[in-house]
Amino acid sequence: MSSGVVVRLCPGGPLLVRGADTVLDAAGEEHEVTRPVVALCACGKSARKPWCDSTHKSIPDR
Amino acid sequence: MKLPAERGPISRHVITALGDDAVAVPVPALGPGDVIDDADVQLALWVIYELHYRGFDGVPADREWDLGLVELRRVIERRFEAELRATTRDLLAGVPEHGDIGQQLLDLVAEDDSPSAAAFMHRKATREHLVDYLRERSVQQLKESDAQSFVLPRLDGSAKAALAELQYDEYGGGRPERLHATMYAESLEAAGLDRGYGAYIDEVSALSLACTNVMSMFGINRRLRGAAMGHLAAFEASSSVPCRKIAGGLERLGFPPAVAAYFHEHVEADAVHEHVASHDICGAMVAADPSLREDVLFGAAACLHLDGRAGAELLERWTAELEQAS
Repeated sequence: MSSGVVVRLCPGGPLLVRGADTVLDAAGEEHEVTRPVVALCACGKSARKPWCDSTHKSIPDR
Repeated sequence: MKLPAERGPISRHVITALGDDAVAVPVPALGPGDVIDDADVQLALWVIYELHYRGFDGVPADREWDLGLVELRRVIERRFEAELRATTRDLLAGVPEHGDIGQQLLDLVAEDDSPSAAAFMHRKATREHLVDYLRERSVQQLKESDAQSFVLPRLDGSAKAALAELQYDEYGGGRPERLHATMYAESLEAAGLDRGYGAYIDEVSALSLACTNVMSMFGINRRLRGAAMGHLAAFEASSSVPCRKIAGGLERLGFPPAVAAYFHEHVEADAVHEHVASHDICGAMVAADPSLREDVLFGAAACLHLDGRAGAELLERWTAELEQAS
């Protein structure tokens, strides 16, 4: 397992994060990372924050 | 798993050939019609492919390499692939020959306007419709991700690492109870259905069989590895939103939480996997071997075509039932 965390922004989509153990949400609450890669909500509309639930696909282009 | 019931001359030939009283009989010729929605031909292909996965009770394991069955498999595959290439030609003609393949894959999915069985399940479907859906998809989801594992040894470098990463998540990330196929079995059981592998093989439609067979065809044939990964990208990119709707439908109808758990998992997992599959796997594959580009796009288009038709078939069946009931 790589020791570094890599973050990639998907245009119009979520942030893909590799190598993280924990994600802190906007309220400071810790969320354990249980996948090799996670997608973090970047549109603010996910019902499963901090994770992406693809709601951005239902929102007209910004 | 027991051998299924035959559905016509081609599946009868395969099932008889694998039975106790196996005798060398000439292979019947395929009929002139399309094999895509031919239940007899698709069942025959499914049985031949299963010899590479779990096999059947009482069938010796080395029948996997029965030359007569392998030859029949190739005859069916040639027709199946040719029909898929012909039917996706127009869609693919609109894709530019250059450009970011990952984005092109996501665009193909975003522009797909097939009627949504998931939207119907979300708002209108009855309990029986959801049960019908779980049953129809069981032949593919109870071996979820297995066909794509055949592709791992055919890749190298970044594409291989990305597919391994995606498959590790599909296979539960080290937690057997999170294996997606196992979660699907749990979902079936919680809905009052049989969780057994192949339990509904005699009931599912030709298109349900075609949807799982296409993954095996792309996965098992090294020549089609590009199509296998393009199919995977389209499948993942067309999953997260529908799974959210199906989970909503299951909850609306009061199914136990264990039924929806599989779909909730896929809302999150496939929001990740669509990017990993399209950019990290397909993008890396095409960068390493640009000649695979056409097949990657073909695989994605084949996925959209078959899943679109399979969804439309269910929608037609369900709306006809609702109209009859009203």
